Amino acid sequence: MSVLVIAEHDNATLKAATRNAVTAAVRLDAEVHVLVAGSGCSAAAGAASQVAGVSKVLVSEDPAYEHALAENVADLVVRLSGGYSHVLAPATTNGKNILPRAAALLDVAQISDIVEIVSQDTFVRPIYAGNAMAKVRSGDAVKLITVRTTAFDAAAPEGGGAGVETADGSGSAGLSSFVGRELSKSERPELTSAGIVVSGGRGMGSGENFDILEALADRLGAAVGASRAAVDAGYVPNDYQVGQTGKVVAPELYIAVGISGAIQHLAGMKDSKVIVAINKDEEAPIFQVADYGLVADLFKAVPELTSAIEKHKTENG
Amino acid sequence: MKVLVPVKRVIDYNVKIRVRPDGSGVETRNVKMSMNPFDEISVEEAVRMREKGTADEVIAVSVGVQQCQETIRTALAMGADRGILVQTDDPVEPLAVAKMLKAICEREAPGMVILGKQAIDDDSNQTGQMLSALLGWSQATFASEIVLENGNAKVTREVDGGLETIEVTMPTVVTVDLRLNEPRYASLPNIMKAKRKPIDVMAPDDLGVDTAPRLEVLHVGEPEKRAGGVKVADVDELVAKLSQEAKVI
Repeated sequence: MSVLVIAEHDNATLKAATRNAVTAAVRLDAEVHVLVAGSGCSAAAGAASQVAGVSKVLVSEDPAYEHALAENVADLVVRLSGGYSHVLAPATTNGKNILPRAAALLDVAQISDIVEIVSQDTFVRPIYAGNAMAKVRSGDAVKLITVRTTAFDAAAPEGGGAGVETADGSGSAGLSSFVGRELSKSERPELTSAGIVVSGGRGMGSGENFDILEALADRLGAAVGASRAAVDAGYVPNDYQVGQTGKVVAPELYIAVGISGAIQHLAGMKDSKVIVAINKDEEAPIFQVADYGLVADLFKAVPELTSAIEKHKTENG
Repeated sequence: MKVLVPVKRVIDYNVKIRVRPDGSGVETRNVKMSMNPFDEISVEEAVRMREKGTADEVIAVSVGVQQCQETIRTALAMGADRGILVQTDDPVEPLAVAKMLKAICEREAPGMVILGKQAIDDDSNQTGQMLSALLGWSQATFASEIVLENGNAKVTREVDGGLETIEVTMPTVVTVDLRLNEPRYASLPNIMKAKRKPIDVMAPDDLGVDTAPRLEVLHVGEPEKRAGGVKVADVDELVAKLSQEAKVI
């Protein structure tokens, strides 16, 4: 039996999250197929065929798949699922949108956000914002699983040489249509795959004040994130949110600025390798998980840190 | 149009949960329980729709133990018109809940089901999508804005890259995200009034649904703890630590 991975892509490019799911798939079976459902998506399919560990790419081209509408793609996944022991998708908003729908159509459970594969049928997943870890065993014939991308290293983008086949779909279910998209434009790295993340919280006080974080992020080549409080206050867009219900990140370095550290925020960043917290309240819970805590006024400390890092980089190349 | 609002009783979001030492699960005895915060947002949205006249009845539904009646009363106090409790002491998975909600939808024929995108206990993020699939309806997940027009719903969704807008046919299942609205607090007179609103109680069997779990929970444990670190005196010490000790810059 082989494993099917639902690719995350925008037709032109394959998103890195796909490669994290491929790594999980390879641990389940040597035969890993990747489904690229889209429209004009041959570039994304080509990229998928190069990923190390992928044995076959299935391409399904149809205008109905261009924007990954859940009703249409879930029908396709159901249609293709015969013959697979597992169907995996990265736990992105896209994967979370599509996979439970496919699972219900197949009358199987869906296992959300796994962080560990114990065996072919047993997986570990966080519950209660990661404050408990549940080990669950599935008795279903086909296992539909979303994969927490930070828990599995991305498979190498090159080195594979999978064949590309066409898969027929059933087209549009006629239930929904795409209207438009407002994507946050940024030259910085993607939040979920960045090596360094600089995040701001309610302590930032305003959206304009995020400028000082952006200056620091640019000096470090970092992505910018935020706590729920900062997003709710309208300082930054929703896609900046790190936490239980936002994005989960695990960079080499996470710098939390003006973030108190509610458990819902910690859920999204506590697997970072090194955590720095800058907060003027020395009792803030963020200091309990921070490797390095600096009790200071962020409006003074952040610009200082930006120049100190610049100086460090100049001196050390 | 009737609007159906499923609500879940969960451990209050402010409670620091405790894992049972025997690995059987999370302690729920003598712990403060509340409505799942995402479901409060969906109740609020449904009540606003009725206040605007786009909905004429709001029905709050919960699946679970007898005390879920309190969760339904909270929805009634916020403005829902009546409640339905599918009472069971067994743990229920999203697929079983979706099947029960489907059976209720077949009886009640709502124009929209609106519910939280995820519950903060099991963090599954599945029930709405599953219900929509079982009904063969459209789905609009992670909604931050819902506009009813021309017999359809135009829904703005919070997605990884920003915002996306889709148009879905009715009836539809919508799951809500944090920025859709800010839920009201129930006033004391409304809490009193809610006590007189009807709640129908039924069993999963009455709906013909088998709730047997598909996943066996083998063990629930504590996550690895992160050891707290050190405080640094100033920015220079921080930069020194990051470059020499942690070697991340």
